[in-house]
Amino acid sequence: MKIDSAGSAGSHKLIIIGLLVLVVFFFLLDILLGSVKIPFSEVIRIIFSHESDNTAWLFIIEKIRLPKAITAVLVGCGLSVSGLQMQTLFRNPLAGPSELGITAGAGLGVAAVMLTGGSSTSIYAIRQLGLSGSWLIIAMASLGSALVLSLILLIAGRIRDNVILLIVGVMIGTITLSVVSIWQYFSQPEQLQEYIMWTFGSLGGVVQDHLYVLSGVVAFGLILAFISSKALNALLLGENYARSMGLTVSRTRFMIMAGTSLLTGSITAFCGPIGFIGIAIPHITRSLLGTSDHRILIPATCLVGTVLMLVCDIIAQMPGTQTVLPINVVTSLLGAPVVIWIIISRNNLRSSFS
Amino acid sequence: MSEPASILSTRNLTIGYRSGNNAKIISENLNLNLNSGQLVCLLGPNGAGKSTLMRTLAGLQPALSGEIMLGGQMLLDFKPAELAKELSLVLTERIEAGNLTVNEVVSLGRTPYTGWLGTLSNLDQEKINRALTVTETATYRDRRIHQLSDGERQKVMLARALAQDTNLIILDEPTAHLDLPSRVEMMHLLHTLARETNKAILLSTHELDLALQAADQLWLMKQDGEMTTGIPEDLVLNGAFESAFAKTGFYFNRSSGTFTIHPEEVSFNINLSGNTDLVFWTKRALQREGIGTNNSESLTPEIFITEQSNEIQWKLDWYGTATYYTKLETLIDSIRLKRSHEIH
Repeated sequence: MKIDSAGSAGSHKLIIIGLLVLVVFFFLLDILLGSVKIPFSEVIRIIFSHESDNTAWLFIIEKIRLPKAITAVLVGCGLSVSGLQMQTLFRNPLAGPSELGITAGAGLGVAAVMLTGGSSTSIYAIRQLGLSGSWLIIAMASLGSALVLSLILLIAGRIRDNVILLIVGVMIGTITLSVVSIWQYFSQPEQLQEYIMWTFGSLGGVVQDHLYVLSGVVAFGLILAFISSKALNALLLGENYARSMGLTVSRTRFMIMAGTSLLTGSITAFCGPIGFIGIAIPHITRSLLGTSDHRILIPATCLVGTVLMLVCDIIAQMPGTQTVLPINVVTSLLGAPVVIWIIISRNNLRSSFS
Repeated sequence: MSEPASILSTRNLTIGYRSGNNAKIISENLNLNLNSGQLVCLLGPNGAGKSTLMRTLAGLQPALSGEIMLGGQMLLDFKPAELAKELSLVLTERIEAGNLTVNEVVSLGRTPYTGWLGTLSNLDQEKINRALTVTETATYRDRRIHQLSDGERQKVMLARALAQDTNLIILDEPTAHLDLPSRVEMMHLLHTLARETNKAILLSTHELDLALQAADQLWLMKQDGEMTTGIPEDLVLNGAFESAFAKTGFYFNRSSGTFTIHPEEVSFNINLSGNTDLVFWTKRALQREGIGTNNSESLTPEIFITEQSNEIQWKLDWYGTATYYTKLETLIDSIRLKRSHEIH
């Protein structure tokens, strides 16, 4: 018995080391590939010593590719961990930031900033805002997420059915989006185009101060999630059991909601609504590690999310061509089949949740 | 064994639901007491309010009025984390995280004792192992919950409650969904646990006969919420047991301790004699046919049952004509036939 548990812990360690290697590999690959060819040795040199004979290369790596790769890591960690938390909180395998309309809520928050600003500037203009503006955007986007999340939590208390909850989530997302649409209707065509660009999602453009802010908020959200891991484990048995084991369910729920809203809100504010990562990664991680223990799942989900987000970014760049695909398109192409697989293999669904 | 100490007691407790300004009282004036080392079964017909009482005692639902004392302290004064060290639950809800192993579920029972990350100490591990051993679940500790049968799953949930190491364990219908052998096993396990660990165990159940045999105390809840408590035998003899479940269509048979479906409407009598076991089962078969078995002196048909080298033989003496049968079924058929001839 001892050997068995040690054995599974050992295999977990092995998988996590393997994932770490993959993260480093794809991180470097992501920086290496792009529309401009830069030799590998030069890339390494720029990363580690911040100098190069070719200033254009230096600029491309330091100001474009490196921030973009770091953003991919942040998005990969943030969205997948918030998806994992939501799946445990709702005890629903189909819960995820974009599926339940949380990202739409974040979008509403972003739109609200623009509306109350009195100007009809587009959401895309957030990148032009200063540091204080980025905090405001994050706060509003997180509040928007929290609003939708609490609404869904309220409904989830009454409805135990997975599919109905999902439909309700989609409906709330639709309502949120139509509010944004009303605003869109009264905007200028150029701004509309920019808004649509935002909905495609983009990992680029989060630079310097914004990147620091995003990193800080995502790190805080991840720490919040990790602190909640014991509570999340207890919640696996259901709320009544969790309460009987000394958990203050309302406080735990607040912690989880705060963490999820911060992660989803901040990422959506800067990178647009990126779909399917939040729902797909936790399932892939769970079946990879064969455990429900959040103390292992949260770090592992971060790693898997990072790897897949980097891969998506590499695919989005279409190496060898000048074209760049929107990141949301790539994640959807990759994520939607996973969701279908979850729904089809009821076994997988049942074994994890119902 | 230490002196039995009162673990849980209530004073003038009123339970029910409050919605707005209206309070729906389910049961009032409850003065209950639960001692250490005692197995108490809460019995009552569906809808009497057993679940409400269990939920109130477990602190999952507020009482309308009155006091609940847990280990000498008011239940309301407990912080959730402290309460978790005094009281553990086994609920009817199926746990949905089937991906967890038995070991992981039982380990979760240590949640109130572990640090912020839930790391298990040696003491925690010891308690977990003990809980797995006494519930005989250690052999499948590495299996996943969804691979277990209902009976095994229920024992795992009990092991989890034991690992929580509380003086009081409350189980809500732990024998529901289980087959008969598992039900008996579960009750037996709970009975021995109460004795050996000196814990107080309260469970609600519909298993009347098992509760009569295993419980140290019965809490009987009538349909109107009225509560009677006492040892099983007293409640049977003073008629409380029967009146709690009184319904037309069946009656409580005091001599066998079971509920019998049809009150016999005897239209016909047969004299029955032979070995006690054989008479018992033959009598049952005859009763179903509405045939009484008063050993009267009057001129009635007679059945003699004999058993020789595992061969059972029924001799039916029908007003002088004797016939032999080796199966009850053919005997009953034959009597039915003879009676219908008689009527015509």
